[in-house]
Amino acid sequence: MNKHQHEILIIGAGIAGLSAALEACYGGEVAVISKVFPIRSHSVAAQGGTAAALGNMEEDHWEWHFYDTVKGSDFLGDQDAQAIFCYDAIKMAYYLEHLGVPFSRNENGKILQRYFGGHYSQFGQGPPVRRACVAADRIGQAMLHTLFGECLRRKIKFYNEFLVTHLLFHKDGCCGCIAWDLVKGEIHIFHAKLILLATGGYARLFQFSTNSAINTGDGLGMILNAGLPLEDLEFIQFHPTGLYPWGFLMSEAVRGEGGYLLNQAGERFMERYAPTKMELAPRDVVARAIQMEIELSGNPYVYLDLRHLSEDFIQERLPQVKEMAFKFAGINIKKELIPVAPAAHYTMGGIPVNIDGEVLADGKKEAMPGLFAAGECACISIHGANRLGTNSTMECAVFGHRAGKKMASLVKKTNYLPLPKEQISLALEEINHLFVQPPKISIAELRQQLQVSMMQNCGILRDQSRLKKQLIIIQDLKEVYKKIGLKGIPRTFNLAFEEVWELRNMLNIAEAVVISALAREESRGAHYRIDFPKRDDKNWLKHTLIWKKEDKLNLDYKPVVITQFPPSERFF
Amino acid sequence: MQKKFIIQRFCPEKDKIPYWQIYEIDCQEDWTVLDALEAIRAFDPTLTYRRVCRHGVCGSCAMNINGFNSLACETRIASLPKNIKIRPLPGFPIIRDLVVDLERLYQNYTVIKPYLIASSPPEKEYIQSLEERHLLDGFYECLLCGACTSACPTFWVNQNFLGPGIFLQACRFILDSRDKGFNLRKEILRKSDIWRCHGILNCVEACPKGLNPFQAIMHLRKILLFGGKR
Repeated sequence: MNKHQHEILIIGAGIAGLSAALEACYGGEVAVISKVFPIRSHSVAAQGGTAAALGNMEEDHWEWHFYDTVKGSDFLGDQDAQAIFCYDAIKMAYYLEHLGVPFSRNENGKILQRYFGGHYSQFGQGPPVRRACVAADRIGQAMLHTLFGECLRRKIKFYNEFLVTHLLFHKDGCCGCIAWDLVKGEIHIFHAKLILLATGGYARLFQFSTNSAINTGDGLGMILNAGLPLEDLEFIQFHPTGLYPWGFLMSEAVRGEGGYLLNQAGERFMERYAPTKMELAPRDVVARAIQMEIELSGNPYVYLDLRHLSEDFIQERLPQVKEMAFKFAGINIKKELIPVAPAAHYTMGGIPVNIDGEVLADGKKEAMPGLFAAGECACISIHGANRLGTNSTMECAVFGHRAGKKMASLVKKTNYLPLPKEQISLALEEINHLFVQPPKISIAELRQQLQVSMMQNCGILRDQSRLKKQLIIIQDLKEVYKKIGLKGIPRTFNLAFEEVWELRNMLNIAEAVVISALAREESRGAHYRIDFPKRDDKNWLKHTLIWKKEDKLNLDYKPVVITQFPPSERFF
Repeated sequence: MQKKFIIQRFCPEKDKIPYWQIYEIDCQEDWTVLDALEAIRAFDPTLTYRRVCRHGVCGSCAMNINGFNSLACETRIASLPKNIKIRPLPGFPIIRDLVVDLERLYQNYTVIKPYLIASSPPEKEYIQSLEERHLLDGFYECLLCGACTSACPTFWVNQNFLGPGIFLQACRFILDSRDKGFNLRKEILRKSDIWRCHGILNCVEACPKGLNPFQAIMHLRKILLFGGKR
């Protein structure tokens, strides 16, 4: 058995994990575990920019960003966290720039900022402001590579291509984890004082998604298995325009620059759904409109039309979209229409944490000693029911940084707790069991059944009957899963093992998502119920908590933190 | 669209040397090579490769397809002949099937100090002119996928040669107006075997992002010979 001891252990090496590592290392010794090589993390795919009210282009204030984030969240975000986020984002943008992020520049040599959906001045009353800090259309790669380089400078220890399978708990707190070395096919035990989960979101639950193959919610799955709560899982953002049939992101900028949406009959159908804002209505509104057109026509996509834009203009403003449409779909966007459909993009729900990233054992107040979470896997909650574009990369940086700082301050006062022998042997049994059963069930088929059915029954448009149906489907799939085996498949770089483990997490999370969505009888942000089409602040201005006890999922709720902006109706 | 995939297989637990395995599958018109590999994996879970983002931004799925180092996720099946021969990136030790050990590439990356070397930053951002920022274009986009380095015969035979991708990365930091580590970086390059590049230009052909590592090598050589950052 391979054993390791590290004072601070970070699981996940995206923007959140690396930001945390860079702060935590001031207080103690840090190791990072990642199931891929760090710069392959999904953060690398972020395009548009990262939010901070720098005011480099015109007047802007963090308070305006704060209001936009609150309204964007459909008033389900916690305003204490949202205020900290918008205030800290400014410092964090400068910090990232100092580390070397190759931001694009404006005429004055400052960080270039661009317009993005939902960024306004004067507390939503004034004209749009340019708040998204830009590195061409590669903000994720620019941030991730820079943070990784800095980690190399500080000689932070990395365990690459290690899949964490179990968290380990002593009665007094979290004390370690078990990980599977994908390359060698061996089990490793990690003993730590403090652990941070930065394992990303779960939008891979859906067949049609902008997400990397690895976004399977591993951290959330482990939290659920540990009997700890998850928060607001029902809120899943669909980006309106994913390139059909893969789901690759066709940036919002396409519509910003004058692209149209057309249905199968060639109509600009948005005039029926959002007559004044048309294609530039908020993401949830456009995604729903597209989905309705898809269900009406029976054709799985609508079209983006850029044919009326000049060649030079497209080359200057939308080179990446042009390249992707050509590379993947073989489409010349000057002459042909781009097939698009809404794609699962971002998961607002996650592990409940306080503003320092401490995981809340009861989902409300009480922190679980030794355990932290940050980034998309965490729910602080700043995005509430709907996330504004460019707030996600900055969330990872701001709250990764805060959690790292908190861990640095705690680590010397914290002792190693004894490792739980019984949990370890149960976990090893679970893993070994997979290598005893023969491989009779197709992993890919099972995963596809889950993803397709989630898309159909728990996607953009939801209702009671479809959600109930989906719950039964998931329970059936969980039964099938029990028959999965890997006997005879060599252990060296056994990709099938990784997929089996991810699928286990996906099935568990999917069940929790559906139960949370079934219970919330209202429509708010990304959660839209056909049978309850109105937002219901009287009954549902609250966060969902869900946790597993003796194999049964239980629901509870907690109030939304409102400090400054009382809920009001959203008009578009 | 029926295609024949001839894929190099190797598992250290049971094979002494790599061998070819043939899969004939029906591909859809719009598939990429990665889509086809996923389809094969659906019935043969023993086939192994790396894949993460699926759309050409992470660099995980670099492999050799019909003789060219490419990203599987952005190579369209329709652009390939009926027989598609896939093997791992050459020049790196094979871990299993199409998965190679990139440790040497990653080690070389740390050698060039891939971070900004600067002291006491300003209160807000560093001021960098449009012109200064423009110098980074064509350098900072590197995904570190290894395609160029794997195509480089000098890298195959010379253990000290850092490789085209790594020289490109070194250039990215030297050209950054915010970086003050010029002398240190020059020393590192002096000790590297940068003069061993024979200008074969395989690296330029291999880069899936259209970058030009050879240009970076030429630039670094110019610096070493004549001084100056640019």
